[in-house]
Amino acid sequence: MAVVARDGEPGVAAAASRPAAASRLMASMAGLDWLARIWWALLSISLFAGLWELCWALGWADEKLLPPPHIFLDNIAEQGRYFNTATRWQVGQSMTEGPSAFESVLITGAATTARVFVGLIIASVLAIGVGVLIRYYRFFDRLVLPTITLLSPVSPIAWLPVAIFLFGIGNAPAIFMVVVALFFHMVLATINQIDTVNTNLINVARTMGASKAQIYSRVIVPAILPGMLQVLRMNLFGAWMVVLVAESTGVGYGMGQVIMLARNTFNPSLVFFTIAVIGVLGFTFDWLLRLAQRRILYWLPDTAERLRVL
Amino acid sequence: MSSDNAPHFSSRDAVVCRGVGKTWAAGTKRAHHALADINLDVAPGEFVVFLGPSGCGKSTLLYLIAGLEDATEGRLWSFGDLVETPSPQRSLIFQETSLFPWLTVWENVSFGLSIRGASKEERRTVAAEALQRVGLKAAMDKRPDELSGGMRQRVAVARALAMRPKVLLMDEPFAALDVQTRARMQEFLLDVWRDSGASVLFVTHHIDEAVALADRVVVFTSRPGRIKTIVPIDMPRPRNLFSREAESLRIQLTDLLRDEVDRAFAEQEAFAVPA
Ligand SMILES: Nc1ncnc2c1ncn2[C@@H]1O[C@H](COP(=O)(O)OP(=O)(O)OP(=O)(O)O)[C@@H](O)[C@H]1O
Ligand SMILES: [Mg+2]
Repeated sequence: MAVVARDGEPGVAAAASRPAAASRLMASMAGLDWLARIWWALLSISLFAGLWELCWALGWADEKLLPPPHIFLDNIAEQGRYFNTATRWQVGQSMTEGPSAFESVLITGAATTARVFVGLIIASVLAIGVGVLIRYYRFFDRLVLPTITLLSPVSPIAWLPVAIFLFGIGNAPAIFMVVVALFFHMVLATINQIDTVNTNLINVARTMGASKAQIYSRVIVPAILPGMLQVLRMNLFGAWMVVLVAESTGVGYGMGQVIMLARNTFNPSLVFFTIAVIGVLGFTFDWLLRLAQRRILYWLPDTAERLRVL
Repeated sequence: MSSDNAPHFSSRDAVVCRGVGKTWAAGTKRAHHALADINLDVAPGEFVVFLGPSGCGKSTLLYLIAGLEDATEGRLWSFGDLVETPSPQRSLIFQETSLFPWLTVWENVSFGLSIRGASKEERRTVAAEALQRVGLKAAMDKRPDELSGGMRQRVAVARALAMRPKVLLMDEPFAALDVQTRARMQEFLLDVWRDSGASVLFVTHHIDEAVALADRVVVFTSRPGRIKTIVPIDMPRPRNLFSREAESLRIQLTDLLRDEVDRAFAEQEAFAVPA
C-alpha cells in the first residue's frame, strides 16, 4: 500500500511518512529520557537556589545567618577542610595536614553512607528473618512479638545512650542506631505483609504438595519482597536522620560531626554546605535503592507510568 | 457394613461426599452456614458441573474436596481415602487468577515439579508439553502480567494438568472469557479430559456451559447450599448445542435456577431491611 501511494500520490506518501518520522524521533527521545529527567532536576534545584539568591539580593536574607548558595559553595576548599575530622583527635595533627579538602568530603560522606548502608542491610535481614519466624513458629510469635510491639514506638533517639553504653565510640554505635531505628518497624511490616499474601497463591502451593517450609521460601518470601522494599525505602530517610544524630554525639567522624562542628563554631556556610552534601548523598542512595528495586522486582509494572496518562 | 466414619471407604469413586456441610467462622458471631447435606458420588472419569446462584457455596465445596478447608459436617473420600489435606491428585483451578507473578509462564506451570525437586530440563519439558496443549507454548518465557486474562487462565489450566491429577477441580475458569474464546476453551477442555481420564468438577454460572460439558449437572439451592437436583445429560459428544434436546435442557436448567435465584434475592432483601 505504501508503494502505491509513493507512485501515485506523493502528497499522501509524505503525510504518511510524517507520523513515522515523528514516532522515530520519539523513540530516540525515549533513549534520552534520563537526560530530560536530569534537566528537570537541575531546573528544580536552580529555581530553589535562585529564589534564595533573590532573597539575598533584595537584602531579606542575612548572609551571616542564611548565606545563599553562591557564598557557601564558593569556598569549597575551605569548607572541605572541616570535614577532615578523621584524624583531628590525634595529638599533633594540624588542620592543614592529612587528606585534601575534596578527599575529606569524600571520605566523610562515604563513612556516613557506609554506616547507613550496613545498618540497612543488617536491619532488613534481621527484621525479615524475625518476622518470618514469628509467623512460622507460634511459640516464637507468643514469646517475641509482645516485646517487639512494645519497643516499636520508642523513638530511636532514646536508644542513643544505649548505643554509647554498649559500643562506645566508632562505627558500631552509629550502625546500631540505624538498625534500631529500622528493625522494629520492619518486623511489624513483615508480619503485616505476610498476613496479606494472596491466599490463592498459598493454596496453589498447598494443592501441589508443598511443605510449610517450601510455602514460606517459595511463595511467601517472594510475595512480600515488593512491600518490604517499599518499607525499606520509606524508612531510609529515618535511617539518615538517626545516623547524623549518632555521629554528632561523638562517634569519631562523619557528616553528623561536621554539622555539630558547624554549630559549635557558628559557621552557617558550613551548615548549608553539609546540608547540600547530605541531600545529594541521600538522593543518590534512594536512587540506587530504586534501581535495585527495579532489578530485584523485575515482575512489577512501573506504577508511576500508570498514573501519567490521567 | 462399614461405617461412614471409617477412614477408608469401600467405594473407589473419585469423590465421595457424605452429609458434607460447612459453616464458615463456626462458633463466632459471624458464623455462616454455607453448605449443608451434600451427598455426592463422582465416578472416575466423570464430568460433573456445579450450577447454582452466586454465594450458594460452590467454591466452598470445591475447597472441601481439594482438602484446603475442613468440612464442619460429614466426610469426604477420594479413591477410598479420607480427604484430610490437599493432594497433588486433586488440582484446583481458582476462580481468580493465581499465577505467581515473579515466575515465568513455564516456571509457573512446572511449580509442582520443582516442589518435588525435578531437574530443570525435566521441568521445562513437562511445561512445554502442558503449554502446547493450551496453545501457549510460544509464551513460555513470558511473565504472567504480559498475558491477557484468558491466556492466564489457560496457563492455570496447564499448571493443573502438569500435575497429572486424577480429579480436576475448576472454579468458573472461563467466566472472564468472551463467548468465542470460551467455546474454544470448552472444546479444548473436553479434549484434555478425554485424554487424561481425570474426573472434572466444574463450577459455572452459565447454563450453556453446563449443557456443553456435563455428564451430570448438580443444581444447588441457595443459603445454605444443598443439592436441589442432579440432571444427567446423555447427549453424545461432540454435542449439537442447537438441537431440540439441548434446548429443552436449557429450559429445564433455567427454570430450576430461576427459583433459587429468586429465593436468594428475596432473602438478601430481607437481610438488608433493618428489623
Ligand atoms: N473464607 C471465608 N470466610 C467466611 N465466609 C466465607 C468464606 N468463603 C466464602 N464464604 C461465604 O460462604 C458463602 C458461599 O461462598 P462461595 O464462595 O462458596 O459461593 P459460590 O457459590 O462460589 O459463589 P460465586 O458463584 O459467587 O463464586 C458465601 O456467603 C460467602 O460469604
Ligand atoms: Mg465461587
